[in-house]
Amino acid sequence: MGTTANMIVFYILGTLIIVSSVLAVTSKRMLRAATYLLFVLIGTAGLYLLLSYHFLMGVQLAVYAGGILVLFIFAILLTSAKGDKFEPRDKQKVLYGIIAALAGVTVTLFVTLKYKFLYPDNPTIAGDKEINMKEIGQALTGTEKYQYLLPFEILGVLLLACAIGGILIARKR
Amino acid sequence: MIPMEYYLIISMVMFFAGIYGFIARKNLLAILISLELILNSVEINFSVFNRYLYPEHLEGMFFSLFGIAVSAAETAVAIAIIINVYRIRQDIDVRHIDKMKN
Repeated sequence: MGTTANMIVFYILGTLIIVSSVLAVTSKRMLRAATYLLFVLIGTAGLYLLLSYHFLMGVQLAVYAGGILVLFIFAILLTSAKGDKFEPRDKQKVLYGIIAALAGVTVTLFVTLKYKFLYPDNPTIAGDKEINMKEIGQALTGTEKYQYLLPFEILGVLLLACAIGGILIARKR
Repeated sequence: MIPMEYYLIISMVMFFAGIYGFIARKNLLAILISLELILNSVEINFSVFNRYLYPEHLEGMFFSLFGIAVSAAETAVAIAIIINVYRIRQDIDVRHIDKMKN
């Protein structure tokens, strides 16, 4: 019962992600591309939920769908000149892109389907076990093995540097 | 149970849609959107491998978490640069930004 529901949800999310990600790179209007990117990001959050990474889903929704998408939409509205609604296509570039993407898909699909992944049928995959929030918090603030205080702090400094740099670059002179 | 390959195929399609957009699009913001697709597909892969192959550990999840944060920082700086380029040139088409080329 639970497995069938999981499968149905998975297929819906997969279709949403695949269709939206193809449309996000092929649609001519930038605002629509950003909207399709939003659908992709929300679908990804749904996949994290199916994998029972609840915290990751929250971060994905808050940072990507809430933060980055707003930045994108502001940037699109600020930089939309009259010309870029229908950007003329460079036929050669499109051809190169399609060739690169198809070649990559062929190789990766071959490797993925040929390799037999061995994994036990564990209950966490079905989403029965939620990761304890305390576990995540302790892993983010500890210095033992499998704990990540240093990357966490470095990430904080990086975000601060990027915020200052962004303000510095984009300010009016 | 959903086979692991299905997740990998979804993220593969997302990744190569990003590759296509990265090569074929000319608007700087469209290229940035393609980059976001690529990063996002990699993060899906990290958490899928973590969940299926090493379910007792959390490394993949934390790698995805840090990847999300790094890509947020990168997008903020990139959008600042793009807005600055637009302010100087009134245009964010990559074909016209060739002042530093020669």
